[in-house]
Amino acid sequence: MSNVVINTRDLTKRYDDVVAVDHLDLTIYEGEIFGMLGPNGSGKTTTILMALGLTEPTSGEVRVLGLDPARQPLSVKARVGYIPDQVGFYDELTAVENLLYTARLNGIPRKEAMTRIENALTRLGLGEVMERPVKTFSRGMRQRLAVADVLIKQPGMIIMDEPTQGLDPEGAHEFLDIIRQLKAEGITVLLASHLLHQVQEVCDRVGLFYKGRMALSGTVDELARQYMKGGYRIDLEVQGDRKAIEKALRQVKGVTDVTYLGQNRYEVRAQGDLRADAARAAVLADGRLLSLNVEAPSLDDIYVRYFQEVEHDSIKQAA
Amino acid sequence: MTASSKQLEMTRRTREGSPWTGLWAVVFKEMADLLTSSRMRILEVLILLTAVGAAYAAMSQIRETIGRDPFLFLKLFTVSKAPIPSFVEFLSFLVPLIAISLTFDAINGEFNRRTMSRILSQPIYRDALLFGKFLAAFFTLALVLTVIWLLIIGLGLIGLGVPPSGETVARLLLFLLATIFYGGVWLALAMLFSIVFRQPSAAAMASLAAWLFFLIFWNILAGLFADVLSPVRMGIPQEMLKNAQMQISLARLSPTFLYGEILAALLNPAVRSVGLGLLLPLLPQGAIPGTPLPLGQSLLLIWPQLTGLIAATILLFALGYVLFQRQEIRA
Repeated sequence: MSNVVINTRDLTKRYDDVVAVDHLDLTIYEGEIFGMLGPNGSGKTTTILMALGLTEPTSGEVRVLGLDPARQPLSVKARVGYIPDQVGFYDELTAVENLLYTARLNGIPRKEAMTRIENALTRLGLGEVMERPVKTFSRGMRQRLAVADVLIKQPGMIIMDEPTQGLDPEGAHEFLDIIRQLKAEGITVLLASHLLHQVQEVCDRVGLFYKGRMALSGTVDELARQYMKGGYRIDLEVQGDRKAIEKALRQVKGVTDVTYLGQNRYEVRAQGDLRADAARAAVLADGRLLSLNVEAPSLDDIYVRYFQEVEHDSIKQAA
Repeated sequence: MTASSKQLEMTRRTREGSPWTGLWAVVFKEMADLLTSSRMRILEVLILLTAVGAAYAAMSQIRETIGRDPFLFLKLFTVSKAPIPSFVEFLSFLVPLIAISLTFDAINGEFNRRTMSRILSQPIYRDALLFGKFLAAFFTLALVLTVIWLLIIGLGLIGLGVPPSGETVARLLLFLLATIFYGGVWLALAMLFSIVFRQPSAAAMASLAAWLFFLIFWNILAGLFADVLSPVRMGIPQEMLKNAQMQISLARLSPTFLYGEILAALLNPAVRSVGLGLLLPLLPQGAIPGTPLPLGQSLLLIWPQLTGLIAATILLFALGYVLFQRQEIRA
């Protein structure tokens, strides 16, 4: 396994009598894109703030790049870039001036800083507007400026809080591409979001947060297998002997359930994308295959399924 | 706990690096912001008008006494000609306003612009941000006041045609210093409110309320409290003296009152004591009332007031510092 970048053990943060983060164990490896997912108030931002040393944990431990953020915050913050939720800039200053301030706070000499700033801004498509005041920037441009801002310190890791919130679909798509590019450069990315379908596209692994705990974690596929009990849904339209076709479909390896929907339509639940195998089985059972469709499990489904179970359990417990 | 484990605990608890990392980056950026802001333009115009107006009025009033008064230059600051108040009266009124306008949105402004978490995620401590902002406002205030001060002296040189004596210059320098520190109190107060209130307008209103309170109401209240705390029942001199002493002690809680006392002693060498001192047998042996005090003596007279102003600044800043360190960063 590659190097651990963030590691928490029993990490807990209490505000008065509200538990924001509850005995969290989280491990993030070098070079991956990890998505922290969960509704607002599930402890994502608090976890991030503790990882950056901006809030002290009530108990438990957090290590970032092997450092304790509460005791060595400067080293941690020099290596980790943070893009907060709805990031702000000094509107009356230009893009370059804003980034120069960041560079100075990082102790980067002016000449070096100018080179890095120009490179970063050009790279993020802001080269044309770098001398314009930030107040003229759109939401998407600000978000890209925020990425340029963290790139100035040449971080090993970037933490983003709700990076695609408020962006139009195209802007969000572009931004996800930027995240992929960062990963390609070897930068570890941790992103917190409640926009599940967007995160699903880019994340190597995800953790579902609920009430300060990480309820589930793993790759999207793993979670689908675990919680959707055959998360792929394959729709077939086959003319032929219903019983034989159903039987053949059931015998395909990896199929968990087959339902006849009427009018020659079958719904197959499977653990993976078994379109080819299902088609072959239907044809071998003398069926005439008319259509074939697959629907991959989405994080939204997993999420909804999981919380249905959780709420169901808590209702049972209460009763 | 053994000594070694204690030491281990100590090293575990110490933070890495200097709390002042990035301080000057903050100071330069904030000063540049303040000096180019539109509120600064307004203040500059306001101050220029006051300075020229007050100096002009004072000059037309004191031209007649040229050659007779050894501290002519000081009069430039203190003499008024109705309806224009003297320059120092203007200052004790204006300096708090300038100071408040410099810092009332120092901290909450960063939260409202949503830049706070981005700035604090840079490798600096909160100390550097807070102190850097205070220093930037302090330097800006000092710069503005020094400019006005030089302006008036220049006007005086041209208008009166008499160069100031060495002692006059020394008194004027001390006056400038005291004015800057008087502003420091209001800087720290407005900054404290900018930490306490999330709305800059609320912080500005609270600061202005405090300013009005000390400017107008505190003297009246000091009189009332003095009557309650040490009432005059019999009308005997001891009682009246005690009452007056109490009133002055209470009044001295106000920075405006302290500043007034400092100005009186520094700019009018004939003032031999501040507060109630005139009534008490503290006069140097053989002193003749009306002769000017040497600078050293004037300075001694106002030393407690000056340290009081500085102490108030430090106290308010420290209070803000503690509150800011404990503040949650999330918006």
